[in-house]
Amino acid sequence: MGEATITVNGQARTLHDATTVAGLLATIGLDLRKVAVERNEEIVPKSAYAITMLADGDALEIVHFIGGG
Amino acid sequence: MNLDFSDTDIERYSRHILLAEVGGIGQAKLRDARVLVVGAGGLGSPLILYLAAAGVGTIGIVDGDTVDLSNLQRQIAHSAARLGAGKAASAAEAARAINPGVRLNVVAKRLTPENALDLIGGYDIVCDGTDNFATRFLVADACVLARKPLVSAAVLRFEGQLSTFKPHAGGPCYRCLYPEPPPDGLVPTCSEAGVLGAVTGVMGTLQATEVLKEILGIGEGMAGRLLVWDALAAKFRTIRLNPDPACRACGPAATLRDLSGHAPAPAMACAV
Repeated sequence: MGEATITVNGQARTLHDATTVAGLLATIGLDLRKVAVERNEEIVPKSAYAITMLADGDALEIVHFIGGG
Repeated sequence: MNLDFSDTDIERYSRHILLAEVGGIGQAKLRDARVLVVGAGGLGSPLILYLAAAGVGTIGIVDGDTVDLSNLQRQIAHSAARLGAGKAASAAEAARAINPGVRLNVVAKRLTPENALDLIGGYDIVCDGTDNFATRFLVADACVLARKPLVSAAVLRFEGQLSTFKPHAGGPCYRCLYPEPPPDGLVPTCSEAGVLGAVTGVMGTLQATEVLKEILGIGEGMAGRLLVWDALAAKFRTIRLNPDPACRACGPAATLRDLSGHAPAPAMACAV
């Protein structure tokens, strides 16, 4: 793929190489165990992070794992 | 279904009965319903009070803690006069003061792998308002095994999340969203990171609304959707949440068979 522009929490980000959700999280330095990832208003199952390729125009939001009551 | 209501009940529930989506039949469904609330804290307080006020006929309250002064910034079912009292009994007393006509089952102990399935088995719908991940995963797995709808909410700082899990009806479960608890210390607890009291009130009230919708069978439920609220930005977002085919609790190759994988006494992670 060529360059792709995505947004992460509303911030534009340019990807120069084919990138998976797992790859992006590693680049950002987010611990997979404390977030869920929303891509185009849909949660990406954690089991699919390594096989979900990001595409131009994707909008990602990081959902924080919280457990207070 | 018994549709007989006393004159005082007709007056008490008149604003419900006026709603075409509720009416006398809906009010009778509420009276017949049995809802278990796990956790009588920041979420459980408004949740229990609204369920009782709405006329949900049987409400179980599970909480093994006692009322502490630091709870009263947000846990509005409790009171300064009941400091030191059991939280389940305290919440039941507050609910009874609003509506003496509902049955309140006080379970003054922690949910454990040993008692979870028995407790949950006696109810139609389960609500998670607990304050630690160990209990959240225990409630979630027990609901999958018992095929009970789980209306789940969580809070931290200025944020709230809400969903309804009905894997037995084709929807995702809690583990489809969060497969495993975070390791201890990775996600801050509310006692470490804080929570705005009113945020727990909003989320517990949303939870009560979703429970009432499930009982009444009206509107769009939250199964298959996750609501995320950022109170500082004043923004609600609703995100699609599909079953994870690799989910070990509810997927086609699920390995969850019982609750033996849970620690016998979930550690307290966060005193919300």
